[in-house]
Amino acid sequence: MGEDTESSKGNHSFLRDYVTEADVISTVEFNHTGDLLATGDKGGRVVVFQRETVVGHKPKGELDQVGETGESGEYNVYSTFQSHEPDFDYLKSLEIEEKINKIRWLPQQNAAHFLLSTNDKTIKLWKVSERDKQPEGYNLKDEEGRVKDISTVTSLQVPVLRPTDLMVEVRPRRVFSNGHTYHVNSISVNSDGETYLSADDLRINMWHLGITDRSFNIVDIKPANMEELTEVITAAEFHPHHCHLFVYSSSKGSLRLCDMRASALCDRHTKLFEEPEDPGSRSFFSEIVSSVSDVKFSHNGRYLLTRDYLTAKVWDLHMEKGPVETYQVHDYLRTKLCSLYENDCIFDKFECVWNSSDSVIMTGAYNSFFRMFDRETGRGVTLEAWRETSKPRAVLRTRRIYTGGKRRRGDVGVDSLDFTKKILHMAWHPEENIIAIASTNNLYIFQDRVSPDTQGPDLGSDTI
Amino acid sequence: MCRLAFWSMSLQCWDDALVSALVGWPPWLEASVQHSSQFWMANMYSKGTKRKFFDSVDAAMDNKAALYSRQRQSLLDMSLIKLQLCHMLVEPNMCRSVLIANTVRHIREEMTHDGSWQLVTEAFGGSGPSDHLVATEVLCRSSALEQQGGGPKLYSVMGYDGCREEEVVTDEALCSVTFSDGAPSLLGTIDHCWDRAELRMAAVENRVIKDSGSEVESGEGAKTVMGQVFGTFEIKNVAPGSDLALEELFSAVDASYYDLDTMLTSIQSTPKMGPYNLLDSMASSHGPTSNSSCRTDLSELDHIMEIIVGS
Repeated sequence: MGEDTESSKGNHSFLRDYVTEADVISTVEFNHTGDLLATGDKGGRVVVFQRETVVGHKPKGELDQVGETGESGEYNVYSTFQSHEPDFDYLKSLEIEEKINKIRWLPQQNAAHFLLSTNDKTIKLWKVSERDKQPEGYNLKDEEGRVKDISTVTSLQVPVLRPTDLMVEVRPRRVFSNGHTYHVNSISVNSDGETYLSADDLRINMWHLGITDRSFNIVDIKPANMEELTEVITAAEFHPHHCHLFVYSSSKGSLRLCDMRASALCDRHTKLFEEPEDPGSRSFFSEIVSSVSDVKFSHNGRYLLTRDYLTAKVWDLHMEKGPVETYQVHDYLRTKLCSLYENDCIFDKFECVWNSSDSVIMTGAYNSFFRMFDRETGRGVTLEAWRETSKPRAVLRTRRIYTGGKRRRGDVGVDSLDFTKKILHMAWHPEENIIAIASTNNLYIFQDRVSPDTQGPDLGSDTI
Repeated sequence: MCRLAFWSMSLQCWDDALVSALVGWPPWLEASVQHSSQFWMANMYSKGTKRKFFDSVDAAMDNKAALYSRQRQSLLDMSLIKLQLCHMLVEPNMCRSVLIANTVRHIREEMTHDGSWQLVTEAFGGSGPSDHLVATEVLCRSSALEQQGGGPKLYSVMGYDGCREEEVVTDEALCSVTFSDGAPSLLGTIDHCWDRAELRMAAVENRVIKDSGSEVESGEGAKTVMGQVFGTFEIKNVAPGSDLALEELFSAVDASYYDLDTMLTSIQSTPKMGPYNLLDSMASSHGPTSNSSCRTDLSELDHIMEIIVGS
């Protein structure tokens, strides 16, 4: 997936950083079966991994025998393609970044796979298909495709399909452009299988997958006077089952659930989820740390998971006045907010994910750490995605941040955290306990070998 | 590696440098700091020696208030700089700008409530610092201060997702910037902007520039500045070759980019000047100075780039 970014500070360090910058992974997403894993990077490339089918792989649902590790397939590169190219806005003399902000898979309907990928401006629908047969025996063309000399053709033959080496073809099928004035931060495919939404800082549009020249604007929070702008949209998602419902989060920490049946323009929310501010802990940074960086519906559609700078929260769709669960991701940073504001780390956007049964939530942190919280017990665990400490097939051990009291060996002090190593993007397999963690330009895939189908913190690791 | 302890360090330095650093500060900054220090000192010494315990408690509280005031001021300065330089980020981020702008508003509200905003507005002759191109006022320093030398660091926002080359303003740096020995570092810190600046300059050369610089100076309020800042995040979706009126074309052009161009070209031609002085001179000159100098400046830019890369 690219080289490690560890590089000595030399005179050319800024050039070197620029070169490897393109390899930084910017999004990770499993498809609906979990057999394919797509990653997008800052260079506009998409790499699709496929899980290899191992002979003897136990089908889902069967319990592993005690002592058997199980033969879960590994993920190997399936296809790589350049999704977006660097673009240039001539009017403003600005580069439009080719970085892939989000990838979303469509539910599979035939042998081909479809995914949507987006940069700041343009959304593209890609078809990923396999070809393992090739027609041979044309009358007018030879094997290389050159036109045959007519005089050499003496008899008529019927072309036949012959098996060849597997080829994976990726073709752009639709390009949805000119829909957004501001930077696209989210896309979400609707459960109806025909439409999807795309959200930028101020607007949300709904598209039909088959129509590229127009979209419906369903949310618009742009004020008449840009000087009055105080809030932007940070993420949006369709409900997993109800095709008329979607949610979007804002930089002020609120969530709005909208029903498209109510009106064409969903500026007025159906439900507003907001936690009242604790007056005791108010500071100049309160608003910034309350800004929601990611929002995800649970698989059962009953809960919402949000991530703000310091916490992850679970909200019940039936209760708007506050979250039902709050998990402290890295509360030790609360006293360091000023420094984090100085170096801009306070604006980092962490993603959050549910596991398949909605019993565990996961999100990223700094120093290559990521956190998992068991909703039933409320307990959290810190794990590390770092090449030096994760050998393939080794069991991940939990890490601790030292914040006072008795210091154990292996504890990491708050002041020695590396804020350049941040885990922003991650994905959880839709059915099994397999997680994909992106750490700058490395992708880590961890599989639970002990209990592949139930939750549990025991994880083995495969580093890619 | 990011320096978490920096904040506490800078406050400590602030205490030490408070008196000496007042020379050469812009009037409103000096006034507000003097106010808080005078306030502190007045309360420190106004009480008699008999009630020592209460004195020390009062003094501690006043000290705390002064400290808070200084912290808040520093935060305000930092936020204004960030806002002004938001277009120099590798990845433009509107959410970040909106959050910073809200922080500035919040600070202003609080300062208005406790009266400290008064000093600031008086210094500006009736309008607050955010009503002007604030960074220029904050960062504008007299030439006397440049000659002081010393090693204050440049504030630069490098990359949004990197805590690497962010050099943060120390309290001293709030007061002074020396550019003469810092020329390579300045050029180094804004290396990401070279390509953009070059492209912009090339684009600018071939256009007639409307005098849009005056808009910035009009003092219409924080609103114009904020509106401009947020306006820079728009992506124009215009297909090349579409029919646009000339006015429409130029009205979409954002003035702040020309200002950046001027700043960079000026840096090229007058390396002795501090970069933030140039912001000031840029603010006073209406619109970009001369396109004719852009071509020569471009080649000089290339030359400097070669030196940096070659070294």
